[in-house]
Amino acid sequence: MLLRHTPKEITERSALTINPAKTCQPIGAMYAALGIHGCLPHSHGSQGCCAYHRSALTRHYKEPIAAATSSFTEGASVFGGQANLLQAIQNIFTVYEPDVIAVHTTCLSETIGDDLNQIRDKAQKEGKIPEGKHVIGANTPSYVGSHVTGFSNMVKAMAAAFATRTGHKNGKVNVIPGWVEPSDMEEIKRLAAMVGVPIILFPDTSGVLNAPLTGEYKMFPDGGVTVPELISSGDSLGTLALGEWCSADAARWLDANCKVPCMILDMPFGLKATDRFIDALRTVGGVSVPEEVMKERGQMVDFISDMHQYFYHKKVALAGDPDQLIAMVEFLVTLDMIPAYVVTGTPGKAFERRIKELTKDVPYECQVKAKGDMFLLHQWIKNDPVDLLIGNTYLKYIARDEDIPLLRWGFPILDRVGHQYFPTAGYKGGLRLLEKMLDLFLSRRDRDDPEQTFELVY
Amino acid sequence: MAATKKKLVNWEPANVKEELLKKYPPKVARKRAKQIMINEAEGSETPEVMANVRTIPGIITMRGCTYAGCKGVILGPTRDIVNITHGPIGCGFYSWLTRRNQTDASAEGAENYMPYCFSTDMQDEDIIFGGEKKLAKAIREAYELFHPKSIAIFATCPVGLIGDDIHAVAKKAKEEFGDCNVFAFSCEGYKGVSQSAGHHIANNQIFKHVVGENDADKPGEYKINLLGEYNIGGDGFEIDRILKKCGITGLATFSGNSTYDQFASAHKADLNCVMCHRSINYVADMLETKFGIPWIKVNFIGAKSTAKSLRKIAQYFDDKKLMERVEAVIAEEMPEVDAVAADVKTRAEGKTAMLFVGGSRAHHYQELFAEIGMKTLAAGYEFAHRDDYEGRHVIPDIKVDADSKNIEEIEVEADPERYNPRKPVEEMKKLEEAGFQFKHYDGMIPDMDKGTFIIDDLNQYEADKLVELFKPDIFCAGIKEKFSIQKLGIPMKQLHSYDSGGPYAGFQGAINFYKEIDRLVNSKVWSYMKAPWQDNPELSATYVWE
Repeated sequence: MLLRHTPKEITERSALTINPAKTCQPIGAMYAALGIHGCLPHSHGSQGCCAYHRSALTRHYKEPIAAATSSFTEGASVFGGQANLLQAIQNIFTVYEPDVIAVHTTCLSETIGDDLNQIRDKAQKEGKIPEGKHVIGANTPSYVGSHVTGFSNMVKAMAAAFATRTGHKNGKVNVIPGWVEPSDMEEIKRLAAMVGVPIILFPDTSGVLNAPLTGEYKMFPDGGVTVPELISSGDSLGTLALGEWCSADAARWLDANCKVPCMILDMPFGLKATDRFIDALRTVGGVSVPEEVMKERGQMVDFISDMHQYFYHKKVALAGDPDQLIAMVEFLVTLDMIPAYVVTGTPGKAFERRIKELTKDVPYECQVKAKGDMFLLHQWIKNDPVDLLIGNTYLKYIARDEDIPLLRWGFPILDRVGHQYFPTAGYKGGLRLLEKMLDLFLSRRDRDDPEQTFELVY
Repeated sequence: MAATKKKLVNWEPANVKEELLKKYPPKVARKRAKQIMINEAEGSETPEVMANVRTIPGIITMRGCTYAGCKGVILGPTRDIVNITHGPIGCGFYSWLTRRNQTDASAEGAENYMPYCFSTDMQDEDIIFGGEKKLAKAIREAYELFHPKSIAIFATCPVGLIGDDIHAVAKKAKEEFGDCNVFAFSCEGYKGVSQSAGHHIANNQIFKHVVGENDADKPGEYKINLLGEYNIGGDGFEIDRILKKCGITGLATFSGNSTYDQFASAHKADLNCVMCHRSINYVADMLETKFGIPWIKVNFIGAKSTAKSLRKIAQYFDDKKLMERVEAVIAEEMPEVDAVAADVKTRAEGKTAMLFVGGSRAHHYQELFAEIGMKTLAAGYEFAHRDDYEGRHVIPDIKVDADSKNIEEIEVEADPERYNPRKPVEEMKKLEEAGFQFKHYDGMIPDMDKGTFIIDDLNQYEADKLVELFKPDIFCAGIKEKFSIQKLGIPMKQLHSYDSGGPYAGFQGAINFYKEIDRLVNSKVWSYMKAPWQDNPELSATYVWE
């Protein structure tokens, strides 16, 4: 057994986290910043933070992740990191020539108390920021929230740094997709285009973290939301924020500061959340939903009805991030499945309430924990097993020990590819989720059914 | 059918260096100039390389931090210590199972905590009010859940700043438990200039708290420790196989596939064999000073080096039976190695490589490439010191700067009871006179050709530039570098984690490596980058069917 020391008996732990279902803020800020065209994320701290984040993102995407660091030494930790950041800004603009440097802090620079705004102003005064280039910053202390919080903070920083209200509406809708895959961002853009609503999507990592192999390395690939688009987001008709945890702060900032009204929706995973997204999109855009979108929806419903017997009352354990889990749990309930155990490392009682609300009619006492970990999830499973695991690659240790199929979905996925290219958002993405789940269930039957009942047709 | 690539011609090394530096601001260029060397080694003269110095802020480095070197590299591969990261969640999360250290915990009742990540997950209130209480509680919770023989604590950046006394917390827990060795590492990420500082800190604490804890006699002949072998991709398994075949007893490995007891019994060995000089030479020195165990540099990367290292071990033990057995093993293993090398050589000969990795691999792997006729154009380390480039003779001349000064140097003395020189002085002398070298490492530079490049702490910009200028057939570095190089159409081999491959050590490992390099440098993959219509983009007026 790989996790041979995990006991079935659950004891209270208040200080020790084991097998976390989250990581720290800065990596979320780095991922978000990669969704700005021509942007180099910058980690203001020890160089290990940057190395770890780049490695984790590289393993997940199998793509180059360019990001710089202030390379703190003990001296910088004592005297403050201003000199390091000033030097970094100058070096980055000279050597790598990005349009934007998106700085995020770390637990180190936050504990010291470095003031990003003040350092940026000083860089500006000293002429270290060339004309037409930008340095933006987000505070992302690792000891608050999780990687999701860091993502949200950087997205809010994008709006705060660029969005400008001119008084002339641009006729577009801002869509803040949250921490989804580049393929999902592409899918959201495709759906919006089909519905016929012009959108500004930010951040947008499509084209950045699923770039083609051409023989040329572009440190700043063709994708990403552009600075002019971000500026214009202050003139949009409204904002659709997908996911309370990832996207709401930026949307509310635009609402409060640029008078761009916002709606906070769930991430468009599964039937109902996608329905609400499309419905909101057509409402704010003042258009009717075209037949081709109806057709995609109808295909998904068709799949569900055709294969319902294989999903019905299957028990699932999930670990991941709040916005994704909320949408997925709703989807599972839609399929008459049982989201038995739900764990996120990200803190938030509201998450637990929402999951409880979504599962209140499910014929099972569903367990949910925010600020939980995979050790606890595993213990729950040991007490009453499930049919399916949904979550990141780390769940494969539980999957193997307990012989439960695993649907890899979330961050990080270190041992499979596909998430870069094939969306799980929208109706098409929902079809992919259904297909993957069904394949896991039926492959299991093909493996386990006795010869007497082994079947050709499902 | 590999893509035909335009090779660099007419570039003088000096011009290449100028090209690498020309975009930098003057201050950066001045510093980097001292870390970029053109090898003019002829005879004894080796150029001085500036190494183990700060990375320039904003310059995209390959390096990681002290915590990574300590928790990730040195202690990561030991399976039966509960490693608790004291800090916010990230550091523990990123060092969780990401280094491909394999371990064999198949024995009945064996403990294995490597698939687990333990963290105090510090919150803002811990930063404000101090994290010692939470740490003490976390240690107790781990103890009560698992009753491990040992718990190790690793400090992350904020811990040092807020002044948590992790050593006092560890000491108290150890006293309370009575049957669990609890100790701590002050390996905050900001210390030193790279992972290297973390190796040193790890070495010191392991030596202080674990080595020598178990005095029970260990069975076996020709007892050695293997230092600086991390069992990435199963390297250690292959080395163990060979040692066993030769009748050599491996007592402890620092730290691939290791256990607490191996460290605790390491002082019972009669010889220390150092693989990765950079990460572990401190322990070798300390074991010699305190217990009288001599150390030699070995290298099990490359078939010839493996044979050489085995002979060196046999020569040290000066035992005819062992020497004969070693020769028999080499004779048995080499034909297959030679056959594969000869075959691969027909396709790899004359191809070129660049290696920028680690503190020893950029050196050791040149040998494997040479065995299939490939030439190393440029190489450098990520976190090495000057002695790893120029040889240990420069150690007295290395200036200790502020960043190194704050890494603890522990004073070790001969153990009053257990110090025992393994060989009489005359025997050691006789061996040395016969050309046997103890505590000796010549570094990477003497093994490199004239006109090649030696570059310390290579960064993203320089890596891309080198590839663009030289179009090597393969580039070796780590995961962060992998895909920017491959976007340029050059295959990239990770030499930290070996991608998904390995083992590459020993005889079977050499065979694996030759085949892997054959796959990479002769792959058709790199010929697919252009679509057929891109060769002739202009549409002509007539279509084929007309």
